[in-house]
Amino acid sequence: MAQTHASEGQGHSIRLYLVTWVWLFILSACSYLVDYLHLQGHLRWSLILLFMMLKAGLIVAIFMHMAWEHLALVYAILVPPLVVFVFVGIMAYESDYTLITRQIAFAMGH
Amino acid sequence: MEQTVVREKGELQAQLQARPGGWRGFVADWSSDQRAFKEVPWGKAMMWIFLLSDTFVFSCFLISYMTVRMSTVVPWPNPSEVFALTIGGAEVPLILIAIMTFVLISSSGTMAMAVNFAYRRDRVRSARLMLATAALGATFVGMQAFEWTKLIHEGVRPWGNPWGAAQFGSSFFMITGFHGTHVTFGVIFLLITARKVLRGDYDHGARGFFTSRRGNYESVEIMGLYWHFVDLVWVFIFALFYLW
Repeated sequence: MAQTHASEGQGHSIRLYLVTWVWLFILSACSYLVDYLHLQGHLRWSLILLFMMLKAGLIVAIFMHMAWEHLALVYAILVPPLVVFVFVGIMAYESDYTLITRQIAFAMGH
Repeated sequence: MEQTVVREKGELQAQLQARPGGWRGFVADWSSDQRAFKEVPWGKAMMWIFLLSDTFVFSCFLISYMTVRMSTVVPWPNPSEVFALTIGGAEVPLILIAIMTFVLISSSGTMAMAVNFAYRRDRVRSARLMLATAALGATFVGMQAFEWTKLIHEGVRPWGNPWGAAQFGSSFFMITGFHGTHVTFGVIFLLITARKVLRGDYDHGARGFFTSRRGNYESVEIMGLYWHFVDLVWVFIFALFYLW
């Protein structure tokens, strides 16, 4: 069974990996340029996140072979990390509160 | 006993052939008895689950970093200036981090090809590519050591630094330190796996020194999953810690 799996799932050409590699280089260069060109504000953050997600997607889909796995495995691995965004939301809300209490406390000289 | 195994294998084979694809396949796999991850080698499924748990660990680090950065009243040091290097009299922002990024991406490229050659039973090429991956990984750790040394000399400590918010140092050492440890362990296991491939352990079914079980070429792919994950984590650290 391992044999059939190997011949079915791993028959990609080396060219596919090289193309992915080149794209990862281009995307990394782009994200470095965001800093080098001193882009600021929403443009900076949206570009950073865009290049980050594209790079992560390429690595998971092609280098880690997620694109060729069964949906049962794909969803078991990719859905749980989405819950992390809830955590991010909770902590962002909490940080805002901490910041406000600190500002008030420091302004009042305590 | 032997016959039962053969019959079970035959039944599994028949089930697999009748298996629907897409969403129906997803429901069928998860609602079936015993095995949800059909046709996925056990070791590979377990490595994916380990990586999922590791994702949560790194998420916790990055979320704590977000929390301290958002809640501090002191300005955060500008990473673009902190990680700049002076090359030929000019300040180049983030250059070392950019080179580290390219080194790690290249190591992922060589690893992907090593997995491919391993499944083609091209032992020498696979092992060479894995050794190249290990060399690039060691280079990455070396550059990280250089970066740590430079920052420590400049006075960065987990409890303070000359430029701004004290939490910068603790976030930096914790996140990059934990990632660097992952890279270091990856390099060690790459060397072990490369040696096994080169010796032909997976062809003769030689028993491993630690588990005493026979390995096969899926071990190379499992090693690859771990290595790509280390690269994946760096993508997030690069974007959220160094560029933000």
